[in-house]
Amino acid sequence: MVLQRLKPLLIVSFVSIFLLNTVTLFANEKAAAANEEGSFNVTQTILEHIKDDHSWHVWGHTTISLPVILYTPAGFEVFSSAKLVDEHHEPVVYKGKFDYKLVEGKTKIVNAAGEVDAAASKKLWDFSITKNVASLFISVIILLLLVLTAAGAYKKTGINSAPKGLQSFMEPIVLFVRDEIALPNIGAKRHAKYMPFLLTIFFLILTNNFLGLIPIFPGGANVSGNIAFTMTLAVCVFIVVNLSSNKNYWEHIFWMPGMHWSMKLFLAPIELIGVFNKPISLMIRLFANITAGHILVLSLVCLIFIFKTVYAAAVAVPFVIFIFLIELLVAFLQAYIFTMLTAMYIGMASEEAHHDHH
Amino acid sequence: MFLEINPLVLPDIGLVFWNTVAFLGLLVVLGKFAWKPMLKAISDREKGIEDSLAKADKMKADLTAMQNENETLLAKAREERATLIKEAKEASEKMIAEAKDKAKSEYERIVADAQVAINQQKNAALTEVKNQVGSLVVEVAEKVLRRELANKAEQETYIKQLADGVKLN
Repeated sequence: MVLQRLKPLLIVSFVSIFLLNTVTLFANEKAAAANEEGSFNVTQTILEHIKDDHSWHVWGHTTISLPVILYTPAGFEVFSSAKLVDEHHEPVVYKGKFDYKLVEGKTKIVNAAGEVDAAASKKLWDFSITKNVASLFISVIILLLLVLTAAGAYKKTGINSAPKGLQSFMEPIVLFVRDEIALPNIGAKRHAKYMPFLLTIFFLILTNNFLGLIPIFPGGANVSGNIAFTMTLAVCVFIVVNLSSNKNYWEHIFWMPGMHWSMKLFLAPIELIGVFNKPISLMIRLFANITAGHILVLSLVCLIFIFKTVYAAAVAVPFVIFIFLIELLVAFLQAYIFTMLTAMYIGMASEEAHHDHH
Repeated sequence: MFLEINPLVLPDIGLVFWNTVAFLGLLVVLGKFAWKPMLKAISDREKGIEDSLAKADKMKADLTAMQNENETLLAKAREERATLIKEAKEASEKMIAEAKDKAKSEYERIVADAQVAINQQKNAALTEVKNQVGSLVVEVAEKVLRRELANKAEQETYIKQLADGVKLN
């Protein structure tokens, strides 16, 4: 089980080390590589697909421009991302309140010479509707439509009829979250209070995981494999867990009952690290699992371009399908694990003291 | 710092901000308009099903109890009927017997009455006969007296003979 959980982490760390090495190599040989017209860079391709972007590449030469929203020392500034690139999708300087330019996909302030002004860029807050944000909004709309429609069915048909249509699709999942996640971990007495939180987390992760697996337009963004997304959720979990904590929980952290005082002193810092470690593990697990899946699929597809022969597809495509099927499972599994652990942490933090000795 | 090196693990403030907005918005909207009504409806339905099952069980138990009661009542009724029939039979037999007895006693009484009447009539007839005989005797005695009063002894013997002849039975 531990090894299974570590596997995606290992994959993602190996792949990132590999990517980073090639990135530095690539940087060194950039001049040389630039001369080679039409050369294919695997690392760059994969990273571009996984990373966030200011515009959304749909297919071929079709790109959706997204709004760029910047908070600068001179106030807010909003413009289209199309202004940051030329017709060949190469970054150009856009002159607003400052001079902006995309450097490795990020908006930076540049000086008159076209060089990045690091000091000014640090004061630049980028609230742009990026590809990931747009994808997140799409998932929010899908969720609102799905869930509100399903919930409306209860009002229409009342509670006397069996669930129908969308309602019968949603109800087992809601019941799954209630009966398999909330009830065993939080307990019958307090679980109802946390159900909306757990359900929202579960469905938001699940929807974004599935959207990320769709290779064409409404999907394709790597939202749930983005550290910012998982971090936000982990912070929310951290806040909720600590808000629902009681005296018993903190006693077990700072002054473990039933231990010798020296052990208590020894355990306190470890337990305190655990308080932060739990949401951090949530953050990294989801990020690593989803990103690893995307990297795997992209790497397999890239085999065709690395070998420069279409026959490589004979090997790559079955593997891609196989990994995709596994990713479908992982998409559900990760949403489940994230929600389950959240429920477990809430349950641990709000557990009533039981007066037996350890 | 490691975060600065790897672009993958460097969180963008933009996505953090929008994700916070999206998540909190979803939590509020779905929590208020979807999850709570849904969970309430589900638990209501579960409770309804539970109640209905309990009710059905109770009704089944009631039905069984009623059936048992019915059976007891039926058995009791059957028993009662048997007793009634038995009693009626006994009563009728008794009545028949009584009637027979009564008839017999009546018959005996009638017979006895008849005998008494017969005896009375017989006695009356006898008395009459005796009376008539008496008067006959007196007549005879008169005649005898008128004819012959000389021979007293002979006369007395004769009267005696007459009187003895008249005595009946």
